[in-house]
Amino acid sequence: MTAYLTLSMLLFSIGAVGVLIRRNAIVVFMCVELMLNATNLAFVSFARQHGNLDGQVAAFFVMVVAAAEVVIGLAIIVSIYRTRRSASVDEANLLKA
Amino acid sequence: MLDQSWLLIAIPLAGAALLLMWGKESDKFGHLIATACSTASFVFGLIMFIQLAGRDPADRSVTANLGTWIQAGTFSVDFQFTFDTLSSLFVLLITGVGTLIHIYSIGYMADDERRRRFFAYLNLFIAAMLTLVLAGDYLVLFLGWEGVGLASYLLIGFWQHKPSAAAAAKKAFVLNRVGDLGMALAIMTMFAWFGTTSIAAVNEQIHSVSGNVATALGLLLLLGACGKSAQVPLQAWLLDAMEGPTPVSALIHAATMVTAGVYLVVRSHDIFDASPTARNFVIAVGLVTLLVGAWIGCAKDDIKKVLAGSTMSQIGYMMLAAGLGPAGYAFAIFHLLTHGFFKANMFLGAGSVMHGMNDDVDMRHYGALRTAMPVTFYTFGIGYLAILGFPGTSGFFSKDKIIETALATNIWVGIGALIGAGVTAFYMTRLMLMTFFGQKRWQKDVHPHESGLTMTIPLMVLAALSAFAGVISLGNWIEDWLEPATGHLEHVEPPLPMLAITLIVLVVVSAGVALAWFIYGRGNEIATEAPADDQVSVFTRAGRAEMYGNQINEALVVRPTTYLTRALVWADAKLVDGLVTGTADRIGELSGELRKPQTGFVRSYALMVLGGALVVLLALLAVTLA
Repeated sequence: MTAYLTLSMLLFSIGAVGVLIRRNAIVVFMCVELMLNATNLAFVSFARQHGNLDGQVAAFFVMVVAAAEVVIGLAIIVSIYRTRRSASVDEANLLKA
Repeated sequence: MLDQSWLLIAIPLAGAALLLMWGKESDKFGHLIATACSTASFVFGLIMFIQLAGRDPADRSVTANLGTWIQAGTFSVDFQFTFDTLSSLFVLLITGVGTLIHIYSIGYMADDERRRRFFAYLNLFIAAMLTLVLAGDYLVLFLGWEGVGLASYLLIGFWQHKPSAAAAAKKAFVLNRVGDLGMALAIMTMFAWFGTTSIAAVNEQIHSVSGNVATALGLLLLLGACGKSAQVPLQAWLLDAMEGPTPVSALIHAATMVTAGVYLVVRSHDIFDASPTARNFVIAVGLVTLLVGAWIGCAKDDIKKVLAGSTMSQIGYMMLAAGLGPAGYAFAIFHLLTHGFFKANMFLGAGSVMHGMNDDVDMRHYGALRTAMPVTFYTFGIGYLAILGFPGTSGFFSKDKIIETALATNIWVGIGALIGAGVTAFYMTRLMLMTFFGQKRWQKDVHPHESGLTMTIPLMVLAALSAFAGVISLGNWIEDWLEPATGHLEHVEPPLPMLAITLIVLVVVSAGVALAWFIYGRGNEIATEAPADDQVSVFTRAGRAEMYGNQINEALVVRPTTYLTRALVWADAKLVDGLVTGTADRIGELSGELRKPQTGFVRSYALMVLGGALVVLLALLAVTLA
């Protein structure tokens, strides 16, 4: 049990660090997916531990949301790349004060 | 018919409305309509006067109530008009002199393209002035009071294309506002103490309240009277008011409107009877003004301004007489009537002279006009004799009565009035000599000529009145006639026999005439240019500067008010606005600080989200563990 949670924590941390330090939008996106799946793993582990299905259901919801997010996110990334010839998140900084 | 006095007002008012609204077609005959309205009012007033005279003396006051004007709670003001012995004389003076001046203006304003408007204003003035003298309620009186102020403003500034005329009109209006403040406060005081503003009721109840109320009311009314009658300290507007057309100066600023202050004092005589303090103030104002006005008259070269100074001075006499109490009311009104005749006569004469001299008003450019303008000369001459008090003329009777009464009441006041008579003789003789005698000092292209009949006939009528109006004092007619309105005349015994006083007055007047002849007559050359200010005596300089009235107003009122306004503007801009804009500025700065974290870098936002999540997590942990 602890092993699953530890793995989940490790994956989440890797994802979070990746989001913070990587510039490439695709990689940032992958890291976000990593964090989502790390939480899925935690959900499922807790569901198993408590012996009910609540965590499983939550995991399914997260997958649906992640799928939708991938669709919109990739579309945005592609259109940004088309206009700017770059997929770096630091260059998409027009929305600032 | 006596209770139809409102018709007197309605006729000229309708004339004014008609002329103002009709439009250009009435340009050709508008002046005739106005003159007809004024004449109709005069004829009607004369009939009413005769009817009133036919009544029993105790019954000579008719009050007509046209209905309620203002009704608020217990306060009620009626449109009340009182036709009594006092107002009847005023009605005759206003409509009579008014009609003559209407006729005169037909000739005088013949070339003015806005003549119809001028006549409309004249009619408006007649209506307002009649409202003032017929009012049976102080609030109705105030209506007329403001009405004549408006007409005066419109007529002083009639030639509004001249900046000086526009400024003079404004000045007259503003200075009159100061006086009106006194009037308004007086009316409010009456309401506060008596719950009514009816003239009869207030004058009846004044004896039942403390003397302080009477003093306050008297002083406030005196302030109003000072404004309207150009008495010191509110005298500064009258000389500038001469910017208006000359008929206006004759009608409004000599014969009628400026005497409204005297009328007010006499009309409110019970208030002044109840307060010796207020009466002393009236005497002081009258005495100071009569000397100041005469002084100014001596120093001016502008013929109209000399006459304006003289008007101030003569109204000072009336005020003085009115301040002398029951002994003087009738003489104040008597002098007011005779002054109305001879001063209107002289102003119209001055207008006739100006007409012949291409509107030049400088007496130094006149001279030897007695042959060029004989009718003007003779009529003016009669007015001159009247104002001097030449035995037999109207001024002789009226002015002597005032000086006698003044001497009997207080020897110093009497001496002041006596000196005034001497100075009057001096400046009027100076005016006569400079205008009609001596060498021709005419400017180029000036060809003096006698004015037309529309102008000379009013002059002749007024000259006749100036000469013979004194008869109404024979057998004490004027005193008896006014007794129902002003109370019984207390005859006071002068310190000297009447004949001696008359002789002293004549000696003083002759001295004034002789002095003027000594300086300006004798074939002396008179410079066509006035000597510069640094070459004349300090007295002349003060007179030319109108006794520094403008400077005093400037220093005592205008400047402090300007500074106060500036201080208020500063306070508004810095304190009030500072508070409001300051708040906005602080909020702006705060948002500026809050804007800085919005860097636009996705990763820094992500870091913040993570940080926030960690904080929430730690807080949750802390709460659960604690």
